[in-house]
Amino acid sequence: MHKVAIIGVGCSKFGEMWDSGFRDIVISAGVEALEDAGLEGKEIEAMFVGNMSGGRYLAQEHIAALIADYAGLAEFNIPSTRVEAADASGGLALRQAYMAVASGVHDIVIAAGAEKVTDVGNPMDIMISSIDKEWEGFVGATLPALYAIIAKLHMEKYGTKEEDLALVSVKNHKNGALNPKAQFRKEITIETALNSTYVAEPLKLFDCAPISDGAAVVVLASEEVARKYTDTPVYIEACSQASDYLAIQNRKDILTMNSVVVAAKQAYKQAKIETKDIDVAEVHDSFTIAEILAYEDLGFVKKGEGAKLIREGVTELHGDLPVNTSGGLKACGHAIGATGVRQAVEIVLQLRGDAGKRQVNAEKGLALNIGGTGATAIVTIFSR
Amino acid sequence: MLPRFWRKIKYRYDLVGSYCENCQSFFYPPRNLCPHCRRRSKIKEVPFNGKGKVLSYTVVHDAPEEYKDEKPYVIALIELENGVKVLSQLVCDPKEVEIGMEVKKAFRKYGEDGASGIIYYGTKFVPASHF
Ligand SMILES: [Zn+2]
Repeated sequence: MHKVAIIGVGCSKFGEMWDSGFRDIVISAGVEALEDAGLEGKEIEAMFVGNMSGGRYLAQEHIAALIADYAGLAEFNIPSTRVEAADASGGLALRQAYMAVASGVHDIVIAAGAEKVTDVGNPMDIMISSIDKEWEGFVGATLPALYAIIAKLHMEKYGTKEEDLALVSVKNHKNGALNPKAQFRKEITIETALNSTYVAEPLKLFDCAPISDGAAVVVLASEEVARKYTDTPVYIEACSQASDYLAIQNRKDILTMNSVVVAAKQAYKQAKIETKDIDVAEVHDSFTIAEILAYEDLGFVKKGEGAKLIREGVTELHGDLPVNTSGGLKACGHAIGATGVRQAVEIVLQLRGDAGKRQVNAEKGLALNIGGTGATAIVTIFSR
Repeated sequence: MLPRFWRKIKYRYDLVGSYCENCQSFFYPPRNLCPHCRRRSKIKEVPFNGKGKVLSYTVVHDAPEEYKDEKPYVIALIELENGVKVLSQLVCDPKEVEIGMEVKKAFRKYGEDGASGIIYYGTKFVPASHF
C-alpha cells in the first residue's frame, strides 16, 4: 500500500447562503484547495464527491460530473464519482479517495463534499430519510427524536445532565467564534443553551446542529508525489468505515455506536497508535449527546463517563484533548455531505499550524463522521 | 408512501414480528433473513403479545409535517417480554411517561395523507395502567 498525504485543503463558508448556488459554493472550496496544493488542475486523476441528497435538495442528480465540470475539469474527462451515506457522505468520499491513492491506481485524487439545503422548504424532513423511514419515520420519529431517546437513557443510566449537554454546545460555539468559515461566530452562555426550546426532550435547540449550505475539498496524493508539491504534507495513517443496524430498535445497546467502536479499533490498529496518542479530534456533534457518545466509543473514556471530559474541560480548546476546534457541526455548521471532508480540512490546518486563533499543539489528529444515528461511521487518523 | 405502507400492514396492525427457528431469536420489524444465521435462517411470522416496558423515550416538540397536529407526542423505545425492542408512539400525557413504565399495544390512528384523505392505522402503546 502507498502512503497517502493531503497536499491541499479548501472550505467554503458554512451557513445559510442565500446568495450562492450549489456550483458557487463547491467552486469556492475547490479553488482554495487547488491554490493551497499549488495545482493547476490537469494533474488531478480522479474525484470523489460526498453529497447526501442533491436529488431532493436541488432536484439535481448526477452531481459528480456536474462538480468536475464546474471545477473546470470537463476537458480532462476524469472519473468523478458521487458517494452517499447520509451525513457521512463526505467521510465516504475521503475514504474512497484514500483507497484510490493507497492502492496505487491514482497518484492525485480529490475528495469533495457539498450540500446546498436552503433552496427547499424543510431540510429536516429530508434529513429524516437518514433514519429508517418505514419503521422509525412512520411512528413520527425524527433524527433529533432518536438522539433524544439515546440521551434520555444515557442520563438515566450514567447520570449525564442536561447541563453537560449544554456545555458541549457552549464549548463548540466558543471555538466557532474563532473560525472565519463558521456559521455561528458568537459565544453563548450555558443559560442560553439551557433556556432554548425543546426540540425533542431532553434535547433543545442548542443541542442540535443546524442544517447548512457548504462545501469542502481536500487533495490527496501518494507520498512520493506529495513531496513535489508541499513541504508540509499531512498523512492519512488510517481511514476505516463500518456499518450497523439502520434502526436503533435493532441495536443491542443504543448507548454504544458499534460502527464507531469497530471503525476506531481498526483505525488505531492500522495507524499503530493508541487512543492517548491523539492530540486533537473533530467528532460528529450533530447533537450534543453524539459528542458525549463519541468520547466513549472512540475510547477517550470508559462507557458512561463521557460527561466527565466536558465537565473537567479536557476537550476545551486548551484542554488536554481539544475536540471540535472548528466549532464542530454545532457552530461551524453541518453541511450534511460536506461535513466529513470539512472535518479533515480542520485537522489538516491544525497539524500544519495553519489554524489561526484556534491553533492547538498537535501531531496526531482524528476525525469521526457519522451517518444518521450511527448506521455508518468513518474514523480517520492523520499525522504530520 | 402508499404501497410501502400497505405491504407491511399486517405487521403494523397487530405487531406481527419474525422468529428464527434455527436460533430462537425474535425480530421486529419483521425480516426475511436472520442476522445471526443468514443462509441457515428459518424465519416464520409470529404475533407478539404486546406487553412490555419503556426502555427510553422522548417528547417530540418539533414534528415532521405529517405529525404537526399531534405535537407534543411521546415516542418510546419499548422492550417487549420476549426481549424485542419496538419504537412506537405512546398514547399518554407527556408528563406521565417514565422509564420502566409498563405498557401494552393498542390499535390506533397514525395520521392521514392530506392529499388523498387516506387514514393510516398501526400499533401504538398505552400505559398498562390505562387498561
Ligand atoms: Zn437465526
